[in-house]
Amino acid sequence: MSDLSTVSSAPGGAPKVARISEVVIRIAGNSQDGIQAIGGFLARLAGRSEQEVMTFMTIPSTISGGPSIFQVRVGTGEVLSSGDEADLLVAFYQHSYEDHINSLRKGGLVLYDSDHVEPKPEWQTDYRHLSVPISSLTVEAIGGTAKDKGKNIFTLGLLAKMFALEVPKLERLIAERFGGKDQSVLNNALTAFHAGYNYSLEGVIETFCFAESRKRAAKQVVMNGNEALAYGLIAAGVRFGAGYPITPWSDIMETLRRELPKFGGTFVQCEDEIASIATAIGASYAGRVAVTGSSGPGISLKSEALGWAVMAEIPLVIVDIQRGGPSTGMPTSVEQSDLNLAVYGSHGDSPRVVMAPANVGDAFTTAIEAVNIARKFNVPVIILSDQAIATRIEAFAEPELEKVCQDISPDFTPVPTHKPYDLNAPDSVAHHVPPGTRILDGKYPVATGLEHDEYGHPTGSPRLHLAMTAKRRRKLQALAATLPTPPIYGPPEGNVLLVGWGSSQGPMKEAVDRARAAGDSISCLTIRHIHPLPNGLENLFAGFNHVFVVELNDSGIYGYGQLAGILRARFVDPKIRGINKTDGLTFKVKEILAQIQERLAETTAQN
Amino acid sequence: MSSPLTETAPERGANPAGPLPESDRKPLTKKELAADHPTWCPGCGDFSVLALYFKLIEKRKLWHEKIATVAGIGCSSRFPYFVQAHGVHFIHGRALPFATGISLSRPDLHVFVFGGDGDGFSIGGNHVNHTARKNVKMTYVIMDNFVYGLTKKQTSPTSPIGFKSKTDTWGAVDRPINPMKQLISAGATFVARATHTNPNHLLQIMEAAMDHDGFSVIECLSECVEFYEGAFDAANPRKGGVFNPVPADHDITDEAAAYKLADAPFPGHFGIFYQAKRPTKNALEAGINAKALERVNGAKPWQILQQSFDKMK
Ligand SMILES: Cc1ncc(C[n+]2csc(CCOP(=O)(O)OP(=O)(O)O)c2C)c(N)n1
Ligand code: SF4
Ligand SMILES: [Mg+2]
Repeated sequence: MSDLSTVSSAPGGAPKVARISEVVIRIAGNSQDGIQAIGGFLARLAGRSEQEVMTFMTIPSTISGGPSIFQVRVGTGEVLSSGDEADLLVAFYQHSYEDHINSLRKGGLVLYDSDHVEPKPEWQTDYRHLSVPISSLTVEAIGGTAKDKGKNIFTLGLLAKMFALEVPKLERLIAERFGGKDQSVLNNALTAFHAGYNYSLEGVIETFCFAESRKRAAKQVVMNGNEALAYGLIAAGVRFGAGYPITPWSDIMETLRRELPKFGGTFVQCEDEIASIATAIGASYAGRVAVTGSSGPGISLKSEALGWAVMAEIPLVIVDIQRGGPSTGMPTSVEQSDLNLAVYGSHGDSPRVVMAPANVGDAFTTAIEAVNIARKFNVPVIILSDQAIATRIEAFAEPELEKVCQDISPDFTPVPTHKPYDLNAPDSVAHHVPPGTRILDGKYPVATGLEHDEYGHPTGSPRLHLAMTAKRRRKLQALAATLPTPPIYGPPEGNVLLVGWGSSQGPMKEAVDRARAAGDSISCLTIRHIHPLPNGLENLFAGFNHVFVVELNDSGIYGYGQLAGILRARFVDPKIRGINKTDGLTFKVKEILAQIQERLAETTAQN
Repeated sequence: MSSPLTETAPERGANPAGPLPESDRKPLTKKELAADHPTWCPGCGDFSVLALYFKLIEKRKLWHEKIATVAGIGCSSRFPYFVQAHGVHFIHGRALPFATGISLSRPDLHVFVFGGDGDGFSIGGNHVNHTARKNVKMTYVIMDNFVYGLTKKQTSPTSPIGFKSKTDTWGAVDRPINPMKQLISAGATFVARATHTNPNHLLQIMEAAMDHDGFSVIECLSECVEFYEGAFDAANPRKGGVFNPVPADHDITDEAAAYKLADAPFPGHFGIFYQAKRPTKNALEAGINAKALERVNGAKPWQILQQSFDKMK
């Protein structure tokens, strides 16, 4: 966090320029104010300036508008989370000011729209206040017809001045965003931007500039987690998908619907989630692994068909963008409470693979890995992402697309004979030939949900059900043996090991950094392969006195969350305990640190 | 991007599904088409539908590998096991969306779906509506026995009022659906009715359905001798009933007339009730893709992706 708290002008009245390494800016307004756009511009700019960036936003679940925030953390060092506290709060309305002043650290700066906000005298001592009539100045700049529109871009201009941002790059970003439209729209945007930029902050406040960032080897791309996942699927060679809208999954299907035709592919909007998974399995069966996806409630609907894909051993990728549950729950909030559903949801013994990307860049990588695991093991793979990864914008090293893009076109070479469910197959993996393939002995397979013999014919044989159940499970054991043991962040031995997954990774790592700086003996690791787990975790756990699993779900009846439950079942180790919360927001670093202290205190109390 | 699994998985050599030299292939015989011996009760109407499917394949010179036979769950839905061709026995009621996935991604295949009245009109009812509305190219035969066969005699959505089932021991009370009306109003572009006791007619209808470019549906009365014996005697001249063809002057493009025809009391009419020319979803999606592909102008997939990434910097 940087120090924005010193109001001082250099002698002679020249504005002071303070050098900072990073800043956390929270912009609070209503959803229709376009504050997401400001955040998007700042994030893109940071990506182009080789700075690290992470964003966080809340959007009301009602479309008619309502309070909304966008938080962006930009820095020259490694940015792991969107920041516990803001250095700068931009407040458009009284409610924005009052509801979010607490997110500002003491001594932080609140920049408020004096047309809408009445500052409170009692807060003047704790926070620096800067009054700018944002609404009226915007109207003045671009005309009364604009009403409140454009004040986001005006504010962007103000921020550009305050943080000495690169104006030509911002202008280019604005042109890219508004360029396609009516010329007057772009002109208005640029006028609003310059009005903000030229607003005189001099003498009122110093400006800031970022310390030189470390040069990166690779170029960065800037996108949110859902975009990264969708593009990852395309890079993996997926050309067919089917889905039904639900927040926050919808924009993956929207992206795929828009993009796939360019690759000769199709995304189908179905009548419901059951039809979606059925359609996707149909396309997978037809020869090329397909994708379906949803968020919590929709995943529940898919579970019967998922069981079929497990039984028939058909590859499939299922995306679950988790949100607060159960039921309709908290549609626009984050939670990691679908893990048990992903690992176990369906009926019977139905082994499938579950992977969880840990950040935006990893969503791209995970999508490719999921497709390849699905194909190699003929098994459904669930990608368990979450609302926080889905919606936050991050910059990450641009993948070498020419290298990572795959061609997974089906092969229709005739085969002499075909035995899909060979019990002696390597790694127990079923082998399919897609329809269209001629089988020269004239014996054709049926893909089936009934228990079957090695040729796919239905059977009620106890011996075969036993053997086939074991076969479907052995595939996952074979997969587990190929998974790399995750690296430990920090020393391999110590007092506390934090274990996290999904969007908990960032704040967890930052918590480790902070605690280590304070002298604590602590490390962490992120589990991407949730099911099956990679082998060898027990050896990693052995190096620590305590293992705390950091996850955004309930601490449960027995005091630990969903991944912790699986780890305890797997390793029968009571030193595995939980760090959980369910307020619908990502972990703050200080929350993790506080719970570590609580857990340690519990141990001391017991001893 | 360094995980061992992110490399391209090995391919068996990309071979297009190009036509094999077919001139030297003889039409498939019943023997080559028959797979597992059907597990249906002796006398079940489903046998005739299967026999006529074989006839259709033989007559129209379809090849094993070019057919996908898809079904849900039910007695009738066991169909794919009895056919020597790529087959799918999916879950109850969801055969149509599965078949949609095949149809939309594989224009080279003939996609046939077989299933029961419960599978199609009850649990799968909404899928029928949407597959019809979208006009996805495939042929769907609903083997209607007015009862749940596999689960042993419960009321089905086509059971007539008064039918004594295990779930309505006093006789069914809920109004049955009218399959023809339901299919027409959903937007199916080929809607026909047949019965297993008139094989020549059924074959004729199956051929017309297969030739239809769109979603073609046949409701084929198929008697469940076990749980609803005699249900269709009224449509069978050999049992003293009458087989009423659709009147020769019926205009199959006239939706309102088709509705009227569907109002006739049981046993009603047999034949094509309605047929319309409307672009298939297959064609519409192909059109969208053709436009998109024109714009990318032969660029490789990674280059197209690169263009998107360049906008996100
Ligand atoms: C999700 C689900 N619910 C219920 C069943 C049980 N079930 C199997 S077939 C069937 C009804 C079969 O009736 P119909 O579709 O008319 O086929 P028929 O046996 O008469 O040919 C039912 C209820 C099932 N397999 N799956
Ligand atoms: S129970 Fe009825 S529908 Fe099922 S096989 Fe027997 S006769 Fe046919
Ligand atoms: Mg039935």
